[in-house]
Amino acid sequence: MDAILLQILNGLDKGSAYALIALGLTLIFGTLGVVNFAHGALFMIGAFCSVTLQRILTLSVETIDETKKDFLGNPLKVKTPYVEQWFGPETGQAIIDWSVPLAILFAIPVMLLIGFIMERGLIKHFYKRPHADQILVTFGLAIVLQEVVKYFYGANPIPTPAPQAFVGSFDFAPLLGLDTSLAYPYWRLVYFGFSTLIIAAVFAFLQFTTFGMVVRAGMADRETVGLLGIDIDRRFTIMFGIAAAVAGLAGVMYAPINSPNYHMGMDFLVLSFVVVVVGGMGSLPGAVLAGFLLGILESLASMNEIKSIIYGIDQIIIYVVAIVILLVRPRGLMGRRGVMEE
Amino acid sequence: MSILEVKNVGKRFGGLQALSDVNLSVAENSVHAIIGPNGAGKSTLLNCLVGKLIPDTGSVMFDGQSVLGRKPYEINQMGISRVFQTPEIFGDLTVMENMLIPCLAKRDGAFQLNGWSRVVGQRDMIDKAEEMLRDMNMIDKRHMPAASMSRGDKRRLEIAMCLAQDPRLLLLDEPTAGMARADTNNTIDLLKQIKDERDITIAIIEHDMHVVFSLAERITVLAQGTPLVEDTPDRIKGHPKVREAYLGESQDAA
Amino acid sequence: MFGLEKRDTLLLGVVVVLTLFAPFILNPFPADSGLAQFNAGYPDLMQRFVIFGIFAIGFNILFGLTGYLSFGHAAFLGVGSYSAVWMFKLLSYNVVPALVLAVIMAGLFSALIGFISLRRSGIYFSILTLAFAQMSFNLAYSVLTPITNGETGLQIYTSDPQYLQSVDAPSFPNLFGAAMNSSTTLFFGGWTFTFSVGYYFCAIFLILAFYLAIRIFRSPFGMMLRAVKSNQQRMNYTGLNTRPYTLAAFVISGMYAGLAGGLLAAMDPLAGAERMQWTASGEVVLMTILGGAGTLIGPVLGAGFIKYFENIFAKINDNVLHGWFAFMPDGIEDAMVAIIHPFVGKGWHLTLGLLFMLVVIFLPGGLVEGGQRLGRVFRRKDKNAGSVEADAAQRRSEAAE
Repeated sequence: MDAILLQILNGLDKGSAYALIALGLTLIFGTLGVVNFAHGALFMIGAFCSVTLQRILTLSVETIDETKKDFLGNPLKVKTPYVEQWFGPETGQAIIDWSVPLAILFAIPVMLLIGFIMERGLIKHFYKRPHADQILVTFGLAIVLQEVVKYFYGANPIPTPAPQAFVGSFDFAPLLGLDTSLAYPYWRLVYFGFSTLIIAAVFAFLQFTTFGMVVRAGMADRETVGLLGIDIDRRFTIMFGIAAAVAGLAGVMYAPINSPNYHMGMDFLVLSFVVVVVGGMGSLPGAVLAGFLLGILESLASMNEIKSIIYGIDQIIIYVVAIVILLVRPRGLMGRRGVMEE
Repeated sequence: MSILEVKNVGKRFGGLQALSDVNLSVAENSVHAIIGPNGAGKSTLLNCLVGKLIPDTGSVMFDGQSVLGRKPYEINQMGISRVFQTPEIFGDLTVMENMLIPCLAKRDGAFQLNGWSRVVGQRDMIDKAEEMLRDMNMIDKRHMPAASMSRGDKRRLEIAMCLAQDPRLLLLDEPTAGMARADTNNTIDLLKQIKDERDITIAIIEHDMHVVFSLAERITVLAQGTPLVEDTPDRIKGHPKVREAYLGESQDAA
Repeated sequence: MFGLEKRDTLLLGVVVVLTLFAPFILNPFPADSGLAQFNAGYPDLMQRFVIFGIFAIGFNILFGLTGYLSFGHAAFLGVGSYSAVWMFKLLSYNVVPALVLAVIMAGLFSALIGFISLRRSGIYFSILTLAFAQMSFNLAYSVLTPITNGETGLQIYTSDPQYLQSVDAPSFPNLFGAAMNSSTTLFFGGWTFTFSVGYYFCAIFLILAFYLAIRIFRSPFGMMLRAVKSNQQRMNYTGLNTRPYTLAAFVISGMYAGLAGGLLAAMDPLAGAERMQWTASGEVVLMTILGGAGTLIGPVLGAGFIKYFENIFAKINDNVLHGWFAFMPDGIEDAMVAIIHPFVGKGWHLTLGLLFMLVVIFLPGGLVEGGQRLGRVFRRKDKNAGSVEADAAQRRSEAAE
């Protein structure tokens, strides 16, 4: 029982990532009618925003420390990060320590900018092209982005630690009145909380702002909104930027959970597509629901008890479930009639 | 002898009762028009006949067989062809290929894995298609991509494609919608010619009264999802209920 | 001839001549010249040209004709490879049973995946095939380790039964004794030409595959497949059931992929999961659109183009680059090398991605269309240039307008 609870908790963070990426995919698909194969790359770039900020913050100046000598008696060269020089060692250390949460502030403008450039420079020209072309061009873009990151950061995963304060685990056992321990890393809790916040923010934005209202109307019926004479182009660009930022933020905070590597975007993308399809193409709540559901399911399937029955089931469970759901409910869990019917 | 029998058909979309208790009988080899104001349920009814929608209640019999629950291609193979409001043709294919496809569908059925035989070897089909094109005065366009033709030509091609299947019932969904007067008259002439030359039943949904009264032998007036009256064109013209339905519409619109 | 129109016979003739004389055509530079690095006439690379040509021809029957964009065809290639290697392990190194099983298994597998994926069209279909491909990769990589030997990959061990292997038969995939890796070399002046059994074996399959593709393209069945791409609604209302047409196209292209996978294993008796990865599926998509989707010769050109440059680019390192730009002043030379460096050697994928985008953006009709545009420019000089495929591209460009 505890093991199951733990796995459900473990599934939450991966599920959060799926949900956030799927949310962005659905927003873009619903408003712009484009399937963005480069969306996983945006998640990856977000994670590398964390890496980059950490590198910037640890940029160091080399000084000669007269107080320390090596074994020959020469003064030692010591590297001090600029931030420590500027803000003093303690504050400086704290800033470096908190580089991942700080990267959120760094990533938002970066991701928005990347989103704007992508939409204005490329996606815009593909609204009227066949879906196959949209898929192909964004697929090409995904490869390019991934290779560029690989060129600058190398092929190996780059460990990006969370702040010291969040190292360690929270024990759920006493809380639930269990005897055994139910340790859950703090950072994963943070990630879950953060994701929930973002999801809530996106929904609130769509629900309570005029802009959001237009977007929702657009998702329901794209042609009608075009007739309203609303400046759709500009809104599309902003929408794309927001979706990019959501994916990027999901990536920023994911960096400590899984050391960023250049192909993480592709890995998540395929599963996020499955999430979108299971949730129901064009349904935002569906994307979130399916994201968490499949994340938890994957986590449960990776329990040793289950893996001992069917070896490797955790690798394919999501696909199997997706196929079953599509056979039973071809429109997905919350898909509406008329979306992608023809 | 009626070829199409619609009995007590009802269809509901959420809170909207699109069709209720529709009864309709189309006599063989007649031209039957279904008219009615916007939102009367004409298109819904048509979609129920061709298998795009399945009515909630009632029955649709074609030549003594129920069409309900059958897929559009099965209903077509039974002998019902449909012409769409905006011409649905194979735009990427040539005019000749557009004509060949229905000919082959008529001969080979819904699916044929004939990847080894050659299109150019289907002499009889090609002859048939060419004859149809000649009848339509389109033979000189046979190598053109269908999408590059004028709208009037597309309409004629679509009708020709439907006729190539020798259907027993031809359904037309506002065939002259959005057409210039000259094209409309051409289409009327074409349909008249078809009616005279073939053993075919035509059911037509139309907004344009000029088209309806030049063609129809019987008219059913649909309003708010229910048939109001069914009669000959002459008697429909002066019918008070029909005037009311149409006047009502114009008042709503104003 | 062969039941083909004149221009199709011409096209087939061109392909036959190109494949049969490839060892000469692809080795235009003497072996000891500086340009020898651009030669492609060695067996390993030539085999890849034709094998991926077969793969792309098959993919084109699905994508080019019906417009259904599958992102999962590498899975069928992988199934073909695994099946072939299993035949080598169980029966003998004879390639005939291996290829037969490869095609049959890929056909069955694609029928299963196609049956489910084709319930949806458009984007949905692409995503479903993508998911299936990734699932197949995971199955091969870990779940089905007893069958696929997991990450090590399936290979042949001396302990394998090989029940039908006779003592005097070569211990390498062979066609009734003719080993796939045997070859003769012809020296002619400074040139060397290698004729490999394996290459010619594959080349014959390419010619057959191409011939079959022409037959399908020109058949009523092929016309129906193009009708699927053009207007499914009209098809349904013309009494045609689109599902079996698309499924048949899917299975045929899956069997082509299986044949390609079987041939890969016959040239080198190994099978690994990486062959099934969705990036591999992306590659065949690129080959097809680069050459020209929906045209006959396009996929073959695309496959050759990609495989050639993949091979050449991988060989280019900084030393080679410095050699190229040696005539320039030092500073400019270094700058040029620095600019080109990310795109060559290990950077091939970056070039591939860029190529992908550029083709989709600027040349959706692929090389064939590009050739036609050029042909139109030089029309006065050569009226027939590119006219072989003219009508297909003509239709496409007019439909696009």
